[in-house]
Amino acid sequence: MTRALEKYLRPGVKGTPFCPGCGHGILMNHILRAIDELKMDMKKMLFVSGIGCAAWIPSPHFDGDTLHTLHGRALAFATGAKLFNPDLCVMVISGDGDLSSIGGNHLIHAARRDLDLKVICANNMVYGMTGGQVASTTPKGARTATTGEGNPYRPFDLCKLVEAAGASYVARYAVTQPVALINAIKKALLHVGFSFIEALSPCPTQYGRRNRQDRAEDMIQELIRRCILEEESQGLTEEERAERIITGEFLSWQK
Amino acid sequence: MPVKWIKSPFPKGMHYFSGNEAAAEGAIAAGCRFYAGYPITPSSELMERMSVRLRAVGGVFIQMEDEIASISAVIGAAWAGAKAMTATSGPGFSLMQESIGYAAFTETPCVIVDVQRAGPCTGQATRVGSGDIMQAKWGSHGDYQVIALSPWSAQEMYDFTLRAFNLSERYRVPTMVMSEEAVGHLRENISIPAKVEVWNRKKEKAKAPFGTEEEGGVPPMPAFGEGEKLAVTGSTHDAYGYRKTDDGEAHARLVERINEKIEKNKKSVIATEDYFLEDSDEAVIAYGFTARASLYAVKGLRREGLKVGLLRLKTLWPFPEGAVAEVGKNVRRILIPEMNRGQVAGEVRKACSCDVISIGQTDGEVIQPEKIAEALKRVR
Repeated sequence: MTRALEKYLRPGVKGTPFCPGCGHGILMNHILRAIDELKMDMKKMLFVSGIGCAAWIPSPHFDGDTLHTLHGRALAFATGAKLFNPDLCVMVISGDGDLSSIGGNHLIHAARRDLDLKVICANNMVYGMTGGQVASTTPKGARTATTGEGNPYRPFDLCKLVEAAGASYVARYAVTQPVALINAIKKALLHVGFSFIEALSPCPTQYGRRNRQDRAEDMIQELIRRCILEEESQGLTEEERAERIITGEFLSWQK
Repeated sequence: MPVKWIKSPFPKGMHYFSGNEAAAEGAIAAGCRFYAGYPITPSSELMERMSVRLRAVGGVFIQMEDEIASISAVIGAAWAGAKAMTATSGPGFSLMQESIGYAAFTETPCVIVDVQRAGPCTGQATRVGSGDIMQAKWGSHGDYQVIALSPWSAQEMYDFTLRAFNLSERYRVPTMVMSEEAVGHLRENISIPAKVEVWNRKKEKAKAPFGTEEEGGVPPMPAFGEGEKLAVTGSTHDAYGYRKTDDGEAHARLVERINEKIEKNKKSVIATEDYFLEDSDEAVIAYGFTARASLYAVKGLRREGLKVGLLRLKTLWPFPEGAVAEVGKNVRRILIPEMNRGQVAGEVRKACSCDVISIGQTDGEVIQPEKIAEALKRVR
């Protein structure tokens, strides 16, 4: 966090609650930078989150209205608030487990309605707060607290999921792609309709240490190596492509 | 003033309504302008009417993807400033419990109409039951309070839903109308008055929205977008909404306060009615539709010269233990007919030392007056 952005933090908030090496602090910075660059009125911003590490990015830190809800239910709470007061700019910031597993049904239905909600899904591919259990986004083969032999199942492609469900703005970037991610958040803030940004964020504490990326910088390096743009993936073999993460803006469709 | 009299939005006079339709009109009269729900028998007519009525009065209606989403959207709308409600029945009521706990802990006013059917589980969707009474009080984890009312007619579906909003706004607590299929689907004349009494939540700028030193006090509740920069969380929080997840004192203070808030004000919440109790040596205690059958039975026995009376519970939670204990002091026996296996009978036993006899019925039918009369004669 740069000091210039501290004006967006609630008075009395000291430091972030995140583990050393967590990407969520970087994401917090990116979100506030987008808000700052667009000169958003924090009095009209409502930040809704569910349960998990990422849910603590806005709550209680952001100096607007914050609604820290139940596990999985952030989008349902946000739907009620936005429908009753359409003047609110409603941003939902939560984790992959919260939004796509326990809250998966709310995610596809919110996308289907194309309600004007700005969703930022901080995807660390694991249940961090509860000790590193496998998530619906954990890569196949990855070791977690509940898949010691490697995850036997495929992960969700969250961007394809919400696109198919009806979202009108969809993008994926890692916190290691700051300029592109901040620009995507700005686009989502200006977009009228359901916008979804999957923000890949490293979790060295729970994910990295079980997958030979013990140090925070190992995870950052790995994200930088794996995240490529769609066009960069053209010349790659199927095998090479499979272990990369395609990032970019996948859909931007204004009603 | 948080309370005022307003012109009824529906024309005054007599109207022929089902209980579910009447509840919808009571909600509109109370100022309900947000409804989120999911279809479930036997409550769906309430949602259908709300979809039409909210459009007419400029409110917001949405059919959500499930009951969890419905109650969650209701809470989100309530913090955006709405008087908001949902309606459901047993299975949906079960799904809503976690969010009801959230509403209690964050002191969010909201109304839930539970049109009870024969449970447990899917049970018999079209038939009557009254098995959710304990769930209304204890359905979510932890210690919290709710208010639950028990209507016995279409008229009271209107009156009690209106009152549920008023109590909910006044005490910032989830309030339930624990009706039953028999009342929800009952069609009868109801009288709509020219003016209705309506409470609105207290708003004060820059005051703690989650704390007050006043005994039994209710903190003010601003809405999102009013510049108050609210911090609302279902985690333990201090008076300004800051998370306090490892401070035992903060937790105890909050849990005690949300419980005391209702306990200290229960006199203004609890309503009961008594019939022929002055000289009775036996009493029936009943609620909901069963109270109607009980009154018929008691009147019949009185004509036969038996000294029996009826205490009718219009409020179920907080439990009217004072009124119940008073009856217990003056009679030899208390009979409690219920469309469950004695959920309220257990509460009566806690409050009374006389004989308490539970007449539970779980066949998906209403309890007939003859059954109550026979039971009263048998136990003499």
